[in-house]
Amino acid sequence: MSNLIRLNADGVAEIVEDQWLRVIPPAAAEETVRKQAGKVVMFKLTGETAYTPEQIANTVIPATGNILVPLPVWQVRKDELQARLAAGEVGIILATHESVEALQAEFPDLNALPLIAVFVERFADGRIFTLGNWLRTRFGYKNELRAIGDVLRDQLFFHKRSGFNSFLVRADRSAQEAIASLNDFSQPYQGAVNDVPVWRRVNRT
Amino acid sequence: MYKYDPIDQQIVNERVAQYRDQVRRYITGELSEDEFRPLRLQNGLYIQRHAPMLRIAVPYGLLASRQLRKLAEITKKYDRGYGHFSTRQNMQLNWPKLEDTPDILAELATVQMHSIQTSGNCIRNITTDQFAGIAPDEIIDPRAIAEIMRQWSTFHPEFALLPRKFKIAVSGTEKDRAIVQAHDIGLEFYKDDQGQMAIKVWVGGGLGRTPILGSVIREHLEWQHVLSYCEAIIRVYNIHGRRDNIFKARIKILVKALGIEEFKRQVEEEWAHTKNGPLTITQTELDRVAQYFEPMPYETLPAHDASFDAAVASNPAFAAWVKRCVHGHRVPGYRAVTLSLKPHGKAPGDITSEQMHVVADLADAYSFGELRSSHEQNVILADVKLSDLYAVWEKARAAGLATPNIGLLTDIICCPGGDFCSLANAKSIPIAEAIQIQFDDLDYLYEIGEIELNISGCMNACGHHHVGHIGILGVDKDGSEWYQVTIGGKQGKDASIGTVIGPSFSAEEMPSVVQKLIEVFIRERYADERFIDTVRRLGVAPFKAHVYAEQKQGAVA
Repeated sequence: MSNLIRLNADGVAEIVEDQWLRVIPPAAAEETVRKQAGKVVMFKLTGETAYTPEQIANTVIPATGNILVPLPVWQVRKDELQARLAAGEVGIILATHESVEALQAEFPDLNALPLIAVFVERFADGRIFTLGNWLRTRFGYKNELRAIGDVLRDQLFFHKRSGFNSFLVRADRSAQEAIASLNDFSQPYQGAVNDVPVWRRVNRT
Repeated sequence: MYKYDPIDQQIVNERVAQYRDQVRRYITGELSEDEFRPLRLQNGLYIQRHAPMLRIAVPYGLLASRQLRKLAEITKKYDRGYGHFSTRQNMQLNWPKLEDTPDILAELATVQMHSIQTSGNCIRNITTDQFAGIAPDEIIDPRAIAEIMRQWSTFHPEFALLPRKFKIAVSGTEKDRAIVQAHDIGLEFYKDDQGQMAIKVWVGGGLGRTPILGSVIREHLEWQHVLSYCEAIIRVYNIHGRRDNIFKARIKILVKALGIEEFKRQVEEEWAHTKNGPLTITQTELDRVAQYFEPMPYETLPAHDASFDAAVASNPAFAAWVKRCVHGHRVPGYRAVTLSLKPHGKAPGDITSEQMHVVADLADAYSFGELRSSHEQNVILADVKLSDLYAVWEKARAAGLATPNIGLLTDIICCPGGDFCSLANAKSIPIAEAIQIQFDDLDYLYEIGEIELNISGCMNACGHHHVGHIGILGVDKDGSEWYQVTIGGKQGKDASIGTVIGPSFSAEEMPSVVQKLIEVFIRERYADERFIDTVRRLGVAPFKAHVYAEQKQGAVA
């Protein structure tokens, strides 16, 4: 049973088969190296682990089918993936500590990607919402935007309003039940991605 | 005050349904402890020492009498017959049962109340001056914008899971009573050269473990842009704020690490993308909300009232109450009244169900059916006629709500502390009570004059100890409770953070430590100088010398 919820063209949520295979680097051999950086970057990345060159080199990339590739893996191994990108078989995973600017440096036209997935390691990491917002508004991304990782039903409403249109619910939870939470509130107050504040939406006077 | 339309009502109703289902899933084990925690917190529910604690939102401190009656009913039915006003103008219940909380919220929803975002890592209840709209020194009444911001922040999808809690305060007066500089965002409203409502924006203030006063990020912000500008600030914080260390996760740490100039550069760059977009507040929307904060239908009254003057002249007890608990009003013939929730020897900020009914009745009879809560943890009737003050006093006094100690040493700001709060390192209420008993002499209190004493049971600083003229902080040393004392803190436009006077004290020593601080002050003060001014003039040294003098002698002997 698939755990992928996707909004169709009319914005209606459906459970669909996942057509994408997630590429996962192997576990680090030794203690993970913490990213080193200066002041600004330190606050962005403190506590996040980066893939080692070894992990990236040893990542197994399936030879056929649609693949979802972590941005750091793409950055190092893009040469072997160019043809598949052209064939529409490559989507990119952006982790919440990675930047949209880094993604755009690789793909000046983000709409060349049929799928961008934002990976959230812990559901309480609210950076995923700002990343969704930025991708949709400032960076003009129009194709499928998917939340993956620790994706739980009580955040789905926020994911949706932050521009996500597909949601891979954590494997041990029921997507069937989670789907109801996409409609927890019928007339939210504030503007969001593709939505204006309620006082521009309806006449309240 | 603001009244819900069908849209507001639907949102709180849908919230009750959502929360009820979350509690059900938690109880049946579908939600783990870790998964339920942020959900319940964003609904004001803490798991505490004895029972859950439920924090009910009182947006910018404004309550209608029927809302207070509902709170009286709820505290009677689901709790132990009393509630506690917090330093963020909210009401806390100390003894509800987890499984009752959905029903409590359903009852609150019937009087347009909720507990949305009163805790958790999200935008919290927006606080302001308890005299908003009626203060003689007010330039702009900030409540309409505060309500627009309440709605904007409620279930904001992008800011649902920030690195840490986020507090916004608004103020529009000469003398800041909302401590805007001690908030994540502080909005100071003023009239600009063109006579337009404008906002000076402070960012990165906060108390807690690392007390810092905010920095000005923008001197002049047109009110139309307050939502887009705040979004830009919070967006930068959401992405760059630390998430690896809870003690370094507040926006103040980010602002300090980047420096205000760099932080401002990033915010302004972000804002450039959204300024003038759909978040720009329209005059229509401001007018729609502002109509709920129009001045009350005041009578035209003379500035003086003979019966009032006579009562003050003939009744010293009433005169004392008027001096401490009655405040100026912008409309002639009206006054604001503070009902003291600080009777000596009781937990500061506590109010019983019966008292709530009394206050609701007083509000209906004498103050247009409305009341306010203050961050000093008292209750205010904002619009009382001079000629009614005596009657209000008599009824308040009969209910134990007329202790004439507002602004004096025993008007202590105090968090629930170790008696209730699982975060606390030490008890705070018994310290407050012991100090109140030590100084249970009104003449002496009046001689000491205006002073603010604030107590927090841990460094989270819910009792605002950093900005107390005297601040007391409960600390844990080797498993026992100790108290660190600061002096020289102050709220207001000339806010400052207090200085620690030295090693901490045991609970038993605290009344005499405060006594000694006061002794130095009485000895050194000029004429009617306030405690804070004496401390600012002399520094900490003479106070420290006197407080620790005996200890040193003891050590030598």
